[in-house]
Amino acid sequence: MIPFDVAYYRPSTIEEAVQLFSSLEAEGKRPLYYGGGTEFITLARLGRTFADAVIDLKSLPECRILSVTAHELTFGAALSLSTIEEANSFPLLTKAVREIADRTARNQITLGGNICGRIFYHEAVLPFLLADSRVVIAGKEGISEQSIHEVFEQYMRLSPSQFLVQVKIDAVYNKLPYVHTKRRQQGNTGYPLVTVAALKKDEKLRVAFSGVCPFPFRSLEVEERLNRKLPLDVRIANAIEALPSPVLDDIEGSANYRLFVLRHALLDVITALEGESA
Amino acid sequence: MIGKSVIRKEAWEKVTGKAKYTLDTVSSGTLHAKLVTSPYAHARIRDIRTEKAYAAPGVRAILTGEGLPLTGEDLRDRPPIAWEKVRYHGEVVAVVVADTLMQAEQAAQLISIIYEPLRVVGSPKEALAEGAPLLHENLATYQKGKYTYPEPGTNIAHRTKIRKGSMEKGWAESDVVVEASFSFSPSDHAAMETRCATAEIRADGTVVITASTQAPFMIKRLIGEYFGEEVGKVVVHTPFVGGAYGGKAPVQLELLAYLAAKAVGGRKVSVWNTREQDMVTSPVHIGMEATIKLGATKDGKITAAEMVFLFDGGAYSDKAIDVTRAAAADCTGPYHINNVWCDSLCVYTNHPYASPFRSFGHCEQAFAIERTIDMLAEKLQMDKLAIRERNAILPGNTTPTQVMLNKSNVGNLPACIARVRELIEWDEWQRIEINSRLVRAKGVSCSWKTSTIDTDASSGAIITFNTDGSINLITGVVEIGTGTKTVLAQILAEKLKMDINDIHVKMDIDTQTTPEHWKTVASRGTFMAGRAVLSAADDAIRQLKAIAACILRVSSEDLEVGYGNVFLRDDPSVYIPIKEIAYGYKYPNGNAIGGQIIGRGHYILRHLTPLDKETGAGKPGPEWTVCSHAVEVEFDKRDYTYRIIKAVSVIDIGKVLNEKAALGQVMGAMSMGLSFASRETFFFDRYERVLNAQFRTYRPLRFGEHPEYIADFVYTPQIDAPYGSRGVGEHGLIGMPAALANALSTAAQVPLNQLPLLPELIWRTKEGWFNDSV
Amino acid sequence: MKSEVILHINGEQRSTVIRQADTLLVVLRHLELTGAKPGCLNGDCGACTVLVNDTPIKSCMMLAIETVGQEITTIEGLHDTAIQRAFVEQFAFQCGYCTPGFVMNAYALTTQKPDADEETIRKWLESNICRCTSYQEIEQAVRSVLVQKKR
Ligand SMILES: Cc1cc2nc3c(=O)[nH]c(=O)nc-3n(C[C@H](O)[C@H](O)[C@@H](O)COP(=O)(O)OP(=O)(O)OC[C@H]3O[C@@H](n4cnc5c(N)ncnc54)[C@H](O)[C@@H]3O)c2cc1C
Ligand code: FES
Ligand code: FES
Repeated sequence: MIPFDVAYYRPSTIEEAVQLFSSLEAEGKRPLYYGGGTEFITLARLGRTFADAVIDLKSLPECRILSVTAHELTFGAALSLSTIEEANSFPLLTKAVREIADRTARNQITLGGNICGRIFYHEAVLPFLLADSRVVIAGKEGISEQSIHEVFEQYMRLSPSQFLVQVKIDAVYNKLPYVHTKRRQQGNTGYPLVTVAALKKDEKLRVAFSGVCPFPFRSLEVEERLNRKLPLDVRIANAIEALPSPVLDDIEGSANYRLFVLRHALLDVITALEGESA
Repeated sequence: MIGKSVIRKEAWEKVTGKAKYTLDTVSSGTLHAKLVTSPYAHARIRDIRTEKAYAAPGVRAILTGEGLPLTGEDLRDRPPIAWEKVRYHGEVVAVVVADTLMQAEQAAQLISIIYEPLRVVGSPKEALAEGAPLLHENLATYQKGKYTYPEPGTNIAHRTKIRKGSMEKGWAESDVVVEASFSFSPSDHAAMETRCATAEIRADGTVVITASTQAPFMIKRLIGEYFGEEVGKVVVHTPFVGGAYGGKAPVQLELLAYLAAKAVGGRKVSVWNTREQDMVTSPVHIGMEATIKLGATKDGKITAAEMVFLFDGGAYSDKAIDVTRAAAADCTGPYHINNVWCDSLCVYTNHPYASPFRSFGHCEQAFAIERTIDMLAEKLQMDKLAIRERNAILPGNTTPTQVMLNKSNVGNLPACIARVRELIEWDEWQRIEINSRLVRAKGVSCSWKTSTIDTDASSGAIITFNTDGSINLITGVVEIGTGTKTVLAQILAEKLKMDINDIHVKMDIDTQTTPEHWKTVASRGTFMAGRAVLSAADDAIRQLKAIAACILRVSSEDLEVGYGNVFLRDDPSVYIPIKEIAYGYKYPNGNAIGGQIIGRGHYILRHLTPLDKETGAGKPGPEWTVCSHAVEVEFDKRDYTYRIIKAVSVIDIGKVLNEKAALGQVMGAMSMGLSFASRETFFFDRYERVLNAQFRTYRPLRFGEHPEYIADFVYTPQIDAPYGSRGVGEHGLIGMPAALANALSTAAQVPLNQLPLLPELIWRTKEGWFNDSV
Repeated sequence: MKSEVILHINGEQRSTVIRQADTLLVVLRHLELTGAKPGCLNGDCGACTVLVNDTPIKSCMMLAIETVGQEITTIEGLHDTAIQRAFVEQFAFQCGYCTPGFVMNAYALTTQKPDADEETIRKWLESNICRCTSYQEIEQAVRSVLVQKKR
């Protein structure tokens, strides 16, 4: 039960969507882009978010694209996580999204919603951070394509009128060795205690994290320390010293325990990847 | 008929979604209530301002706690709506009634309440510490039951004492002593259907309540007692109930629905918990801190047991008093111990208040006892099943409350243990290293339980006939999922030797027309209602024979009833079909005799007595079901994670009435026990607010996380039960937390004495992180 | 913000007035299709599962207005299906409250993925919580249908 009124719009072009946003705003309304709606509805019900109009992006053709060419993979932001999972065009992404929420929920949760939402794990973004992906963003100023690293800094830095249209990666990335592990407090479903995704490119490890800090991240400093020619446990200890913020300490697990889990997750991930090159 | 896996009567209703639950019956035109709850666990209410909310559209009434009577089953300590003080996070402070749920929610946000936070009490130990804030300053003045013993000036709502034998003697006889402490926080029942109720008051003053409850008859009685309503004018309906597990035994929302209906001139009002409210506002699964000390001889005979159970009853005592009493009554577990000293306390804290949880205090105490027995076995270097066998309680022994056991009132524990030994392949190995990281380990436990229910609890049954000779069966047992109503139909079909399909079962409860069944709790439905059904069948048989004797011109003593007929025992060719006499018999000339056959029966438990205040002596229940359990885990020594591979329960069931239903009850209970033990707990912050009142963060076991379940039975009939069958609805659960903890303690080689057994707990215990701030 | 909409439910067209902020669950229940149950309204339990264009969806997390023009199937739309029979025979329910949601999800799984392996079965069915059964009964029900389909 959403305890306030909301007007629902389903534009069919990007221009129309942006236009709608502006005109609703001009009317003094508070519009919000809408993907799967799962986060909006569950937060609205508890009074933790508000909008008087939602603009559904699921009918925008650009947002529903899933294309694979020789050079590039394109993922529309309104694709459901289970669609991405079934298509399996970027195996690391498949692995990452398969561990989010549960299957029925993934039929609804969209890629854009996971990456741009408020729930801070954003686990689907990790593969894209590793693949130096490009994001296509639409807004009042038109459509632009930028590196994900310029836009995703702890969370997606979009202005309210902007939305994510697509995420693109170079085709080389879906052939690289990868490892993904999600460790939870207990059992097979639930938020991450620690999620680590890793790729190996040009003999270098790339590693991204969720659940460790109150935001997902890929840190060049951490990667650099992990790639040094030192014993593995030393590299891991060094890397942990370079984490971008204090480690989360919450009901999923204490900070100390998370560190313990993180050490082993890194150990496993790196062992698997370095084993592969050997 | 008996023992067959008869398809449940309501099966197709349920798999087609047609089965109606309370909220499914709410009609349009019903008003809706929103509960305004406290964000503090302990605070004085300085001011409640409702003017703005009153002015909001659609609002019909706003209720606060002013002037309401105190409620509670054993001790009246709880205002239905908080007044002057809130004592737990989530406590109801106001109720807004409006035309729609949305209007009620919107108006609820306009109520402004000023609180003055008070120091919080976060555990039983804190509550008992010198200088702890008192939750109930007026404890001395509360109205209480004759056998409830609150201790004014403290946070103790009730203390049960068990004193058996001589502790001095017991310790003197012992060669070794082990002592350990245990603890876990409150958690939740998490029935999939949240608690809800509707109420209306008709023009003639009849109060009509529909509720998702295990205790429709108790609602009727309590509304009478608390609010002075004529009890005959309170009618409670209960359709299907979407899971209960003890959490729907207390009466809470029904009182609010009644008060709300009263405030709006009797119009129908619906009160429904959101999941978040259901988890904290309504009663929860009790928490506990305990210390157990056991003394034993070198050869493993336990000579003395001293135990202190500090139960976290939360802010109000309600049913928790009974739970803590039940835990004490069976405090030794299924072992014969001559010298026993036990104090079981129901302690007030600033946590959500507790209610029964499937097994009624037993899985909690069993966790502590069975862990200690494992520790004792380790100290004595004895086999863990052998030590249990050595001490197994037998006919001729006495219970902690000094009841003499016989062949009927207790099952055969050694046989259960022997079967578990086989099923878990105990003698093959108990711990093996699979590789440098993985180890497999097994853990065992035993359990028992009697049902501590009111000594005058009764159950009734009515059977009526249809013109085709088929029967309607009406009992007061609520269909909460246990399948009891189908089992009762089987009992009746067996007795009348008729087709189960000719027995029509009334599924819902209407307290005006359904005979009373005390409460659908304590695995007692089949026993009590079963006896009532048998007695109703006897009554009907008597009537059928009387009229048939007249028509057939024979003595009724020579008649038998069965296969749809009443017939001569020695010459079945002389008979009359039941359908010809079920509504009276019409002679060819038009004269008629008799009338509709209505069989009635009832059953009351016999010779139960309250426990003595000083020694605990008394007879709490009719029989003790005994069980033995085992769990096998695969544990990762590096990560402290584990998988539950297999879980076994062997129960002395007496007799199986419906095999798949019985297996389902046992396995479902085992699943709940493992879920509780491995992952369920509320997390509190330092202000004692619950941080995880959602399934997103409170995560019960899911599909795929389940181990292989093996449930098996031993058959020692309970002579006075229908076909010798014993209650098993809860027993699969009791030993699961202990068996899991024992398996993991063996695997990790460290005593694990807290729940839930999250990998983090094992890590912390093993690596000595106890001073960690979290 | 109300609108009159036509929803396609179980092969029928149902015209109804809804708030645009109403979830599909709320609207279905107003239409007296009370098989889908509220268990958490938060996407966590699966009791409200229905099919939208044959895909299992938690109806508490979708706006009804989004489903205009799509095919909705609720438990009331299943009649004597293999999965329902299997639930009955395997005692794969007790209180029955989670059952409609479980059956809908299992129905979609068994009809769309007749070759489902263990992992797929687990991934799909972990979307629903059952508090009464041990899941073993549900697993047996689902497997028995998959075996029939393979034959
Ligand atoms: C049951 C459940 C379990 C979950 N478990 C996990 C988990 O394990 N790991 C994890 O990482 N997350 C988890 N989440 C969080 C989840 O991935 C996000 O909340 C996701 O649900 C939002 O997707 P949506 O498409 O439904 O978003 P919506 O509710 O539609 O939108 C959410 C927010 O994102 C914005 N938004 C949506 N699409 C776009 C776009 N294309 N461009 C810009 N902004 C956009 C909206 O404006 C809104 O503010 C879980 C959520 C649920 C419901
Ligand atoms: S009610 Fe929809 S998932 Fe729980
Ligand atoms: S049958 Fe009760 S929750 Fe599944």
